Amino acid sequence: MSVDLLKTTQLTKSFGDTHAVDHVDFTVAAGEVLALIGSNGAGKTTLINLISGLIAPDSGRVDFQGSDITRASTHRKIGLGIARSFQLVNLFDQLSVQDNVTLAIFSREGRTRRLFSLADADTAVRDEGAVVLKQFGLDGRAGEPAGGLSQGERKLLDVAVAYALRPKLLFLDEPTSGVSTREKAPIMDIITQVVRSGGITAVIVEHDMDVVFTYCPRIVAMHQGTILADGTPEQIRSNEQVTANMLGTRTG
Amino acid sequence: MSPAAPPRRVLAWSVPVLAALIGLPFVVPPYQTVLLSYGLVLAIAALGFNLLLGYTGLLSFGHSAYFGVGAYAVAFIVKYMKLESMEAFLVGGILASGAVAAIFGLLCVRYTKIFFGILTMALSQVLWSLAFKFFWVTGGSDGLRVPTPTLLGGLVRAGNDKFEFLSHRYYFYVLAIFVVSVVIMWVIVHSPFGRALQAIRDNETRAEFVGVQVWHYRWVAFLISGMFTGLAGALWVPLNGLTTPDILHWTFSGKMVFFTVLGGFQTFFGPIVGAIIFNYLETYAVGHTVYWQMVLGIVLVVLVLALPAGIVGTLRRLLPRPARAV
Repeated sequence: MSVDLLKTTQLTKSFGDTHAVDHVDFTVAAGEVLALIGSNGAGKTTLINLISGLIAPDSGRVDFQGSDITRASTHRKIGLGIARSFQLVNLFDQLSVQDNVTLAIFSREGRTRRLFSLADADTAVRDEGAVVLKQFGLDGRAGEPAGGLSQGERKLLDVAVAYALRPKLLFLDEPTSGVSTREKAPIMDIITQVVRSGGITAVIVEHDMDVVFTYCPRIVAMHQGTILADGTPEQIRSNEQVTANMLGTRTG
Repeated sequence: MSPAAPPRRVLAWSVPVLAALIGLPFVVPPYQTVLLSYGLVLAIAALGFNLLLGYTGLLSFGHSAYFGVGAYAVAFIVKYMKLESMEAFLVGGILASGAVAAIFGLLCVRYTKIFFGILTMALSQVLWSLAFKFFWVTGGSDGLRVPTPTLLGGLVRAGNDKFEFLSHRYYFYVLAIFVVSVVIMWVIVHSPFGRALQAIRDNETRAEFVGVQVWHYRWVAFLISGMFTGLAGALWVPLNGLTTPDILHWTFSGKMVFFTVLGGFQTFFGPIVGAIIFNYLETYAVGHTVYWQMVLGIVLVVLVLALPAGIVGTLRRLLPRPARAV
């Protein structure tokens, strides 16, 4: 029995009268790729924001590799190996695609403090950046400004930037939202393949049930700030509460 | 598009430009080289200013503070330490402006956008009023006189003809420091640190989430920016022979904003070109009409409307660009 990589205990966050995340106990074991599902407002993104450090919880605690990181700074959490991508793409639009990824590598290596060396002259970082871009199928766009990419490419680059930090735990917030149905499968193929081959533990927030059932062996369903069910795709599919609240007419 | 340009392409035109600048004093009247010295000095200030605006995304309306502190530091060195070495002036100017930028920066970099701009302006106005009111130290509105310095640790002296000194020896001195400043700043903006600044400019939240401690980097950028501008202030005093509170006033900060935007703040060389052109524009307008401020205003409005990307930004769009090496 391995130690949980991440564990939240009674984690709570309210916005006014709304309990966005309500006493949630949630664990992630090292090496797994799991999906966090739920309808709009279920608390998925808030849960990720609480763990990654974008917002602070009202109460409860977060443990990572056995140590308390509830109040740790974003910087420290990233240093420990927790990274995330964003639902609404967050990129450095004026920087090239390549520079978006290499910045993450420079940062991870603690080299962004270097004032008097040329970034482009660092061949190790350049080469690693090129490998990452190739893994994500973005090598053809390396020199383009990130702002000029298509939505699907931007979603991939957003994940690639987080991946380039070589995190232990990677949160992907709706990596296929806002792209056409046709593009979803290729994007998920790339992401899951890169994540698995890199041995990275990943939590994928997703709306699209078909995507979730295809790619994730463990699914955690949230509803109104609490965890409704946690299990394999088959267990989730046959869970009556889940079907009533989320899958609705699609399975009925 | 990244403001980076491949070094070889930059060298292809910067070497001829530099050669022309070196040859200039032997061709044109001395008055022209002194005028250009002013332009080069302002260009160094613009270089510092644009590290914040163009690369970090922070619009300072208070850079007169660092220019002024650099200049007043020189005047105080003359007044209280009785030194006349230009190198002492430069070190003093950089250290003093750096100290002030370090403190002001701590207060300012936690804010962005208009709040940052207003705060920088307010702080610079505090210095302006101090220079104005504490006349027994600063000379008040009369300012402080600064004699012609000696260069290179006393090796090069002014002699009797001050104008000859300023138009030749001092011009080359300014030019050399200008070139060194450009090279240092070029390396800084193309370093991993410079990339982090640009990342902060583009997306502060994401920068934080790749592990860049945003306010810390902003502070360092603020500090470097203030030191470059302070260096410019120190170089400016011997040209002017006098430092007055005008250079601490926010309207002087406004000029820095103007020539940076005029030249094109999204390019590395834009602010340099903007500063030099602005200096000519202002000088000729002042020399030819009493309505010079109006003339200047009209010229600048037209230029900005016609060239929103600035002079260098527009040139870059017009000229065919070679494929960028990846």
